[in-house]
Formats: sequence, C-alpha cells, structure tokens
Amino acid sequence: MKIAVLSGKGGTGKTLVSVNLAVAAKEAVYIDCDVEEPNGHLFFEPKPIGSEQIVIKIPVVDEKLCNGCRKCVEFCKFNALAYINNKLIVFDEVCHSCGGCMLFCPEKALAEKEKMIGEVQYGVSENVTVVTGILNIGEASGIPIIKNLLNYAKGEQAITFIDCPPGSACIVMESIKDADYCILVAEPTFF
Amino acid sequence: MKIAMPVNDKSMESCVGNTFGRTSYFLVYDTETKESIFVDNSAAASQGGAGIKAAQTVVDSQVEALITPQCGENAAKVIQASNIKIYKIINDSIQDNINAFKHGELSLLEKIHGGFHGHGGK
Repeated sequence: MKIAVLSGKGGTGKTLVSVNLAVAAKEAVYIDCDVEEPNGHLFFEPKPIGSEQIVIKIPVVDEKLCNGCRKCVEFCKFNALAYINNKLIVFDEVCHSCGGCMLFCPEKALAEKEKMIGEVQYGVSENVTVVTGILNIGEASGIPIIKNLLNYAKGEQAITFIDCPPGSACIVMESIKDADYCILVAEPTFF
Repeated sequence: MKIAMPVNDKSMESCVGNTFGRTSYFLVYDTETKESIFVDNSAAASQGGAGIKAAQTVVDSQVEALITPQCGENAAKVIQASNIKIYKIINDSIQDNINAFKHGELSLLEKIHGGFHGHGGK
C-alpha cells in the first residue's frame, strides 16, 4: 500500500507526519519526493546503501546538418526551441526531454546530450528504507527525479509513505500518481 | 524602420498589451511607410515557453526594435540574438509610443525579469 502525505502549503508538518507513520509501521519505505528541499533524512539519519545520479536528455544541434526547416521548432509544444539568425537555439530548462524534435528532424541534425539534474539516495534506518530525491540547485523541474523515486516503490511490498512537495503543481501530481491513499496535513494558521 | 509592439486588439486605437509572451497580437509598424500589420500571437495559449515562441514571431517579422512593457529572460535572449533593440513603453497608447520612438525618447528596457517556468515562478 502506498500512502502519499501532502498539503496545500509548506510547513504544515508533512515530513513530521510521514516520518512518524513510517517509524510506527513495522516495516516501511519512506520516499522523500520533496526534491527541492528533502529533509526526512535528517530525522532518520539513514545508513547509506547506494545512490543514483538522475540524468535527463537535452537536444543538441549539429549546425552543419541543420537546414533551418523549423520542423522541430513547430513540433515542440513547450517552445524549447527557436530558430534565430539561421541558428537553432535550445532552451535546456524549458525542454521536457520528450525526444520528439529528434524524431521529427529530417536532416538528423539533432542529437542528445545528457544533463545531470540531481540524485536519488538509498539508505536504511532500523526497519525503514529511506529513499531521498535531491534536485540540484537551479534546475527547473524535479519530475524526472520523482519518476525515478516512484519506480523504486513499484515492486515494493512494504507499506510505502510518500512525503510530497507542498502545493498542487505538476510535481505533486507526479508524486501522488501511484498512491492508494492521500493524507492531507493542515494546520490552522492564516496563510 | 519596422518596429513591433504587443497590443490588445487589431487596431491602432487599441492599447499596448501588458505582457509580451502572452499578448493577443503584435503590431508591426513601419515608421517610413506608416503601414501597420497586426500579427496573431500564436504563443498566447502555449502551455509553456510562450515568451520564446512570441519572440520567434517578432524576429520573423523582421523588425529592428521591440517596444514592450516587459520582457522575460528567455524571450530577451531570442530578441537580442537577432540584434533587435528592446525599448520600454512610456504609457499604454500605441500612438504615443510610436511618436516617442520616432523622436528617440524611449529608453532601453533594462529590467529583464526571470521566467515563470515550471509553476508559479521562482
């Protein structure tokens, strides 16, 4: 069973609740999806058992092959590409790594480069497996890290607590995608 | 010289739009022939990266100057790569801004704001 813990705003106690639920369960997995500032590990102080770097793929153009047809510019619905002064410009931080521009390029002028955006760390703290996602400072989107975190939870039999980022943006929707239940933490101060 | 301006409607009596990337139309105005063309801003309904797409439209209009209330960093990167100068509006009247431009009274837009990429800005 997967239980996601989320809240409308920051500072309501998502981490407090999810960390304690994980400890109270006999055997549990705690996944910190608050990749912009993961802090569940501060309470668990897990013994590290491994880590994985999270890499996304960004298009790079070979200017010798690009003939300026703009098929890629028209295709990209996130508008990560522009064709200016007979040159293709790629906006790395707008790119969602779908790879479509490369498929559509008739000149095969686009290739992929890898960009490291963060890390997933695994550790153990007594009966709790602690999985933490960390997004590098300055990166625009933690979604690829969340996807990796939730992949870890897929085959997991133990009860899994997903500590979500605050709010209700894409990154939260991604975090609760596989959840069976959501717990919303609220506290009564003015926003 | 051709200049571009984000505008709310396809009319010279309309107002200057208050955004760049998601403005409804761009006015492309030729200061010599006084010809005005209104270009649809297809970026207005973009899920993301509107500034980049809108800037592409402006660049493709082959203007030499952009007059706008504001401009984000990605859009500015596209505009500046094509050596188009970005000026700040003086008010929301299209004609006032054209006149001010002709008389050299507009100042360059100095504040390029950060994008609102992702969700809600940073």
